[in-house]
Amino acid sequence: MELFELTIHELHEKLKAKEVSSVEVTRAMLTRIEAVEPKIGSFITVTADRALSDAAEADRRIAAGEMELLTGIPLALKDIFLTEGIKTTCGSRILHNFVPPYSATAYEKLKQQGVVLLGKLNQDEFAMGSSNESSAYGSVRNPWDTSRIPGGSSGGSATAIAARQAVATLGTDTGGSIRQPASHCGCVGLKPTYGRVSRYGVIAYASSLDQVGPMTRDATDCAVMLSAVAGHDPKDSTSVDTPVPDYRAGLTGDIRGIRIGLPREYFIAGLDPDVKASMDAAIQTYRALGAEFVDISLPHTDYAVATYYLIATAEASSNLARYDGVRFGHRAGGAENLLEMYVKSRSEGFGAEVKRRIMLGTYALSSGYYDAYYVKAQKVRTLIMNDFIQAFRNVDVMLTPVAPTPAFRLGEKLNDPLQMYLSDIFTIPVNLAGTCAISIPAGLSSERLPIGLQLIGRPFGEETILRVAHAFEQATEWHTQKADI
Amino acid sequence: MKFQPVIGLEVHVQLKTDSKIFCGCSTAFGSAPNSQTCPVCLGLPGALPVLNEKVVEFAIKAGLSTNCTIAPRNIFARKNYFYPDLPKGYQISQFEEPICQRGWLDIQVEGQEPKRIGITRIHMEEDAGKLVHGEIPGLEEGSGVDLNRACTPLLEVVSEPDLRSADEAVSYLKQLHQIVTWLGICDGNMEEGSFRCDANVSVMPVGSSTFGTRAEIKNVNSFRFVKQAIEYEIQRQIDLIEDGGRVVQETRLFDPTSGKTRSMRGKEEAHDYRYFPDPDLVPLVIDDAWVDRVRSELPELPDRMRQRFLSDYALPPYDVEVLTANRALASFFESSVELHGNPKAVSNWVMGEITRGLNDSGIPIEQCPITPRLLAELLKLIDNGTISGKIAKTVFDEMWQSGKEPQVIVEEKGLVQVSDSGAIEAIIDEILNREAGQVAEYRSGKDKLFGFFVGQIMKASKGKANPAVVNELLLKKLKG
Ligand SMILES: [Zn+2]
Repeated sequence: MELFELTIHELHEKLKAKEVSSVEVTRAMLTRIEAVEPKIGSFITVTADRALSDAAEADRRIAAGEMELLTGIPLALKDIFLTEGIKTTCGSRILHNFVPPYSATAYEKLKQQGVVLLGKLNQDEFAMGSSNESSAYGSVRNPWDTSRIPGGSSGGSATAIAARQAVATLGTDTGGSIRQPASHCGCVGLKPTYGRVSRYGVIAYASSLDQVGPMTRDATDCAVMLSAVAGHDPKDSTSVDTPVPDYRAGLTGDIRGIRIGLPREYFIAGLDPDVKASMDAAIQTYRALGAEFVDISLPHTDYAVATYYLIATAEASSNLARYDGVRFGHRAGGAENLLEMYVKSRSEGFGAEVKRRIMLGTYALSSGYYDAYYVKAQKVRTLIMNDFIQAFRNVDVMLTPVAPTPAFRLGEKLNDPLQMYLSDIFTIPVNLAGTCAISIPAGLSSERLPIGLQLIGRPFGEETILRVAHAFEQATEWHTQKADI
Repeated sequence: MKFQPVIGLEVHVQLKTDSKIFCGCSTAFGSAPNSQTCPVCLGLPGALPVLNEKVVEFAIKAGLSTNCTIAPRNIFARKNYFYPDLPKGYQISQFEEPICQRGWLDIQVEGQEPKRIGITRIHMEEDAGKLVHGEIPGLEEGSGVDLNRACTPLLEVVSEPDLRSADEAVSYLKQLHQIVTWLGICDGNMEEGSFRCDANVSVMPVGSSTFGTRAEIKNVNSFRFVKQAIEYEIQRQIDLIEDGGRVVQETRLFDPTSGKTRSMRGKEEAHDYRYFPDPDLVPLVIDDAWVDRVRSELPELPDRMRQRFLSDYALPPYDVEVLTANRALASFFESSVELHGNPKAVSNWVMGEITRGLNDSGIPIEQCPITPRLLAELLKLIDNGTISGKIAKTVFDEMWQSGKEPQVIVEEKGLVQVSDSGAIEAIIDEILNREAGQVAEYRSGKDKLFGFFVGQIMKASKGKANPAVVNELLLKKLKG
């Protein structure tokens, strides 16, 4: 097996045994990036020099016997994470020249373990999109079929793993932006409980929904990455101060007696037959492993997409106000006065999807409409949260599809935003409820496109969903399937 | 027609915390532009606010001291608008459910009955930065943004429209100013903008209960200007109405040079701030224990202290007013009384010599070279007859210069009062011999001359003769 195909835990063993050096692994990754990047477009910035110096430093650390699980492992980050001294665009033209003076806490935590930074990954502009077609740096292509979308908004984070350009990546998930591309690209993606991972230094889309999470080849790597980035951050008031378990130690393989809920609202008539078949097969597998299935209901599911688009756009319209050309980022030339400078800078800097959402959000918050839209959406959000609380009284996890269909074709839904918004229908409720969920590979369609399975956990129940995900991997081989690229 | 003004005030109180409201940057005034900034107060992408609890404590203090209710659950809201000195494109403030609600202050305008002024709310918020125009090397044409002030903690104190004259407005402002400086939560410096005021002014016919259209006068930064601005604005509105015009709702600026207000922007630019709860800040819960702890740490407030000074020390109202002008002066007075025991004597010295000394040297009471203990020692020397009140002033000046103990000064300079009747008798005899003619006149009934003899005797003794002994002996000798 090639070096670039290994997982974190496999590489760790090789680095520890001094079978390979981090510099060798990093070179292999960089060569791989170069080879497949023209076909995929996962990266906005490749930091080759930085990667090699990080790797040399990691090798010194390993030689000195100061090795941790992630020391010397080559990773890449969605371009939404601020990286000191390294251009951070968030997929937007308005930040095309922005080099931040500080780093995100999540990246700082990885750095402390001595990871190697390969670069910054492509994404939908400001994380707004379900197909990665809204990036100012071009669409990313799905390694399984380059005529198809990789999913959004952490599309580059998913393709970098699927195309073996990075061992693991970090993405962010606001309405499914980690799980949906993970599903479409055949990798593992975890959206932790809101507050589990610090959002400090992560460019905000919708503050009350955004959460940082790992994307990896398997559940073990996912556990390793989550243990590294989780925990309270005094710089983020919304990060929660509860102890971080050793998630890897929880992967026992034993899930006998676990109660898995099947929310009936997620198994709808319009579900793609291949997706439906994969879900049925997964249920059989879990039964064989000793899990119990329970039919449950999340009655307010129908309102989730509408609620999400009101809350997310309202917050986004405010979060994106700082991109005004005054202090950093893109400033339009030739403005005659202040207002014109704002208008021109923002008109030139933002793409169509971002503008659409800013306008939606501004409208939802404006006086006269605030109560009818924003306030009502918050009330419905509470109902949706209560649905989950109620359902988790009877079950330990929930099993659902991640997306209604496998990856669709580039451009297919680009001019139909409403249709596009529905592709996150199974992931959005989890963000509104603030709880955690994981997407794992669970099948291939008749066209050989990956199909993901979603396991939803209780708040701070990451340990459980990882264990259930890992048990599935032990019993199946979906996570070892590779794209031909 | 006679008109009745209606005035409401919005006061911005800059809090004297060491660090800003949502980050750890210093709040010191006057540093190099943008030297006190970080990703949070610069509004950089990815930065998140973290609430400074000291600000909450200061807000609770202000609320309890103005008879407000403290809200148990606090939400921070975003007030969205675009301005170059507003780094995030929104200001974090409180909108619904401010921390302090429904309070009041009692004011008194000289010659009028005391009056209660309602306080609608006090809320916490962050300040914006400021724009610097044309003073930046290499940027002659442009403007700079200094964000040192961005994220500085403010309280906004909003009164009910209960004020009916410029004098009442000034009285309310002074009262509020005294409370926030007394609490030590604001330095009160109006020139640096630490305490600044917007006044909403309208007029209505006397007897009417419907308020007229109001104009808002922005950022007035001295008590004198507040009075001038409100008086000018009242007259302007009355003249306008009497001339058949109409007052328009607008924001106006006060120009101290002309003493007039002028229009800044009209109503057509009214903003829709699109307030909504800031999702980056979790709701702030203030339990009773927290409020109780802050309450227990509150100093005695000026109002209570004034009442106590009147009743416990039996001081005249004028003295009480002067002594409670600020907390440090009041505490200086009380410490001195504790050590000496005679409130009126201490009051006279504090209002007289001490205040004069501070004014002459331009220092605050906190830096007074004469401590309450030294003052009490000095007064004791008068009480026990060691020195006269007149000599005491000489000793006081010397103490101010050298910081020495009064006893030491009296001994070094030989200022001890002469109470020995033999020595005094000798001086009296000498004067009476010298002024035989006056003695005769006195004895023939011109009683007023008694003072003349005392003066001559004190002069001859260089002020050291004990006046009581002089009086007694002189009377005896003249009656002879
Ligand atoms: Zn700061």
